This record gives sequence, structure tokens and C-alpha cells, in this order.
Amino acid sequence: MSDFEAILKAYERSGGDPNFLRSPKVASLVISGNRVLGANQVPGVRIEPEEIEHGVRVKVIVEPGAQLDIPAHLCFGVIPAEGVQEILPEFEIGDGARAEFIAHCTFPNAVNVRHLMEARIHVGKNATMKYAETHYHGEAGGVEVVPKAQVKVDEGGYYSSEFALTTGRVGKLDFDYVVDVAAHGVAELVAKAYGYGNDAITVKETIRLNGEHARGLAKSRIAVRDEATSEVIGATEGNAPFARGHVDCIEVVRDRAVANAVPIVKVRDDRAYVTHEAAIGTVNKKELETLMSRGLDEETAVDVIIRGMLAA
Amino acid sequence: MDDEFLLKIEDLHLERNGQKILRGVNMTIAPGQVYGLLGRNGSGKSTLAYTLMGCAEYTPDRGRILFAGQDITTMSITERARLGLTLAWQNPAHFEGLKVKDYLTLGMKEPSPARVEEALAAVALSPQVYLERTVNDALSGGERKRIELAAVYAMRPRLAILDEPDSGIDVLSLDDIARLIRRMAAEGTTVLLITHRDEMVPVADVAALMCEGEIVRVGEPQTVREHYARRCLPCEVAGPVEAPGGGYERL
Ligand SMILES: Nc1ncnc2c1ncn2[C@@H]1O[C@H](COP(=O)(O)OP(=O)(O)OP(=O)(O)O)[C@@H](O)[C@H]1O
Ligand SMILES: [Mg+2]
Repeated sequence: MSDFEAILKAYERSGGDPNFLRSPKVASLVISGNRVLGANQVPGVRIEPEEIEHGVRVKVIVEPGAQLDIPAHLCFGVIPAEGVQEILPEFEIGDGARAEFIAHCTFPNAVNVRHLMEARIHVGKNATMKYAETHYHGEAGGVEVVPKAQVKVDEGGYYSSEFALTTGRVGKLDFDYVVDVAAHGVAELVAKAYGYGNDAITVKETIRLNGEHARGLAKSRIAVRDEATSEVIGATEGNAPFARGHVDCIEVVRDRAVANAVPIVKVRDDRAYVTHEAAIGTVNKKELETLMSRGLDEETAVDVIIRGMLAA
Repeated sequence: MDDEFLLKIEDLHLERNGQKILRGVNMTIAPGQVYGLLGRNGSGKSTLAYTLMGCAEYTPDRGRILFAGQDITTMSITERARLGLTLAWQNPAHFEGLKVKDYLTLGMKEPSPARVEEALAAVALSPQVYLERTVNDALSGGERKRIELAAVYAMRPRLAILDEPDSGIDVLSLDDIARLIRRMAAEGTTVLLITHRDEMVPVADVAALMCEGEIVRVGEPQTVREHYARRCLPCEVAGPVEAPGGGYERL
């Protein structure tokens, strides 16, 4: 099997549809380890990758006013059991442009893999960027993933990110996104993870609402079982008049797992308004017994309830 | 055949937080029967349902439950369900992120989309509208109750305990529920129908009256219904029965 075919297979295992990576009509980027196996540009989108020692530095530029009708597909993977991958992307979404990205990060055979992502994202005036990233780390729990992003949303811009690591083991996750939002801009961060075994999850979402009428949502849905641990730090700052933010965190714990939630809410303007809700608890007994009364065993019933919570 | 039964409850006692809730329940349900269990609020009907289903903290202090030829008294909920026993809950739970079609499918031994649609139609809910909805609290109380019944119907259980399927359902729709119960029976499901609405009684083949954690009367649905409507009055006037037998004709 060629390296390209191998990574496509892993991509599929993580929930991606490989046809998108083969299509010339779809903007795409395929990276295996520190090698660029494919980069497809479409009108309005430039993708400029550069291989570095342990990974790839890449510029993704969406020209001002460009409207991407088909989402761009990105695939980052490490096929061997061991390795380090550093991805350093820089996204520049021009004023008034609209682009959606669907990324899959896949480490199907990982026993000792470290994946670092350090993204710089700039969403221009009245531009829209939607970014969804799904991870698959295999069943060994031998992955350390450190996704970090610094995001700047200009006036009237919109940025949303959804990070999901809900099938297979997590390993160690250290997620840290910081978003600065200018006037009338919007930022929505969603992180979902399901840890078991001795997985360790840390999710840090920071939204700074710096301009008038800026809005932000920092949402997280985390489940931990066995000896897994999770810590969610959801921070939102209301720094300008009429800024409106909300932190919404739900964590479910089972077995000997430990979950922790730290909502941080700061307001520096008395006309800003920031709220938070955090709920940590186990699986509801009545929901569990209802599913068991339909013949599901307890383990499966817990799983159905947790997956529902993660999907909501 | 006198001793042919699907469910037999013998001298079931249950205490919760120091309060005696079931006080020696005896009941025999024959295969194919629709067995109506009447009783006023707080008489112990739901407690009996949870005890039969095997819910946590509903382990009987005394007595036995026999189902389909086996003693299930200490079995888990799952084991009982896999023997063909299930419960439509009086106040069904809500599930975030779980679609109606998946909720109905998960209890079916042979999952089939056609059966799921049939089950929704059987409770007068349009599959087009409801299949993709979520079983969360955006459903109205009546919708959730219907979906609960549909889920039980879809399973084709041997014994369905329906805990007040008529509560939260408007009077105009009571016929839908009665029709569903007959349909279940026609498919071979035995039904334990718990209710405190005596309009539901005609759908039953046998009826029993529960009072203060005991079955105080069993027989023809019509007779038990009349007894419930008239003779239960002293209960309200006189308050709870103090000593076993107080205020009631014993069996
Ligand atoms: N955990 C508990 N601790 C103490 N008493 C309880 C407990 N659970 C139920 N009870 C009491 O047991 C009695 C029977 O309750 P149950 O829910 O079985 O009644 P029911 O017949 O189903 O009533 P309804 O028609 O209102 O549904 C009630 O008086 C109730 O308050
Ligand atoms: Mg009840």
C-alpha cells in the first residue's frame, strides 16, 4: 500500500470520507508524519505547506470575499506506532470571505505518538470561518495531543471550532484555544472528549470579548470512565460594552474517574454580561435503568447515555 | 389450567426508608392476559412495578417473583428484560442526544426500521415528524408517554408492565391507548396495566385492586371497577388504613 493509500485508510477510520481528499474540486491537504502527501488548491484558496524536521508548517489563505462552497478537508496522521508530529498552521481568512474546514487527525496504531498543533488564525472583517476537527487515536492510549490555537476575530467576523475525540482512546489531551473577538464578532468553541482507561484530558477554552457587542460561547462535553481524569477550564472575559459570553460545561464521571471544572468569568465593563454553567455528575440512574429495562447491559447503557450527551 | 402462569408474585414485602410500602403482594398473571391493576395514588403500584423490574433499592425484603418458569427475585434488570419483561415508566426519563428512532430500536431483538415506524403509528405519532426528534425534554409530556409505549411495543416483550399509560394523555386519546394494549395482546404480549382511571378497566381481562401495599380484590374487571369507584371512598374519608384489613373486605 502506498503512503497515500495508508493515510486515506486511517482517515476513513477516523470518520473522514477519502473521496474528498481525491477530488480536484475540493481544497485539501494531506500530511503523514512530516511529509506532505497532497495539497489541492481551489480558486480563492491558497495552501502553502513546507516540511520541517518533525512536521509541517502550512499557510492557508482564503482571499478576501472568497466563498468556499465545499468545505476544505485536512488530514493529519501518523501511521507508525511511534513518532512526533508538529503541525504549525497559519490561517488567514480575508475580509468578507467564508470558509469551512473539516480536519481529521488520525493515529490508528499509536503506542507512543506525540502530536502538537500550534495554530494562528486570523478571521478578517465580516469573514466566517468554521473549523471542525475529529481525532482518532487508536485503542492503545499511547498518544499525547497538544492542540493550541491563537485566534483573532476582526469586527463582524465569525469563528467556530468543534473539537471531537470521542471514539477510541484519548491518551493525553492538552487542548488550549484562546480567541480574541473584536466588535460585533462571534466566537463559538466546542470541545468533546470521552476518556477511559488512564486517559487524561485537559481542555482550556478562553474567549476575550474585546469589542462592543462581541459574543462568545465556550462549550465542553466531557465524559470520563475507569481511572480517566478531566479538567475543563472555560474562561470568558467581557471587556467591552454589550459583550455577551457564556461558558457551558457538562462532565460525566463513572467508575473511579475524576472530573474537574473551573469556569472563569471576568467582566471589565459594567455593560458586559457573562454567564457560566457547569455540571458534573454521574449517569442518571433512571436513564440507566430505563435502558437496562430494554435489555441493554449496564456498560452499554452507560455508553449510550454518554454518547447522547456528547452528541447534544 | 389453573397453575399456568407467566408471572407469579408471592408474599412480596418491601420497605423503604423505614416505611412499609408493599405488604405481602400476591398476584398471578396468565399468559396472554391483560391484567388491570387499580389503586389510588400512593397505594404502591409503581413500587410494585419497580420491584418487578428489579430496580436498584427495590429488592424485596420477603417473597418471590416467578417469571416464565424462573425465580427472578434476585436477577438484574437486564436479565429480567432479556427474559422478556419490560416496563413503560410512569414518568419516563429524558435522554439528551438520543433520537426517537434509536431509542425505539435499542430494545428490539431484531432491529427493523419498519417495526419502529409501525410502533410510532401504533401510538398515533407520525413517523415523519418523530423519528428524528430527540427523546429530550423538548417533547411534551404526552408525546414522551406515547414514545415510551411505542418503545415497549416495538420490543414485543412477553410481559409489558405499563405504569399509568393513560396519565398525561387527554381523554380523547384514551382510545388510542386502549387500542394499543389490545394490539400488544394480539401480538402475544401479556400486559400488566397499572392505572387509577377506571375508564381504562374495560380493556382488561382480569382486574385487581391495590390498597396500602396489598392486593385487596381480584376478579372480573367490571366488579373490581365498581368496587374501586364506590368502596374506595372510605379510604379517602377515613384516611390510611391503620391495621391490615381495616376498612376493607379481605380476599
Ligand atoms: N423512597 C421512598 N421512601 C419512603 N416512601 C416512599 C418512597 N418511595 C415511595 N414511597 C411511598 O410509597 C407509597 C407508594 O408509592 P407509589 O409510587 O408506589 O404509589 P402509586 O400507587 O404508584 O401512586 P400513583 O398513583 O400516584 O402513581 C407512597 O406513599 C410513597 O410516598
Ligand atoms: Mg405510580
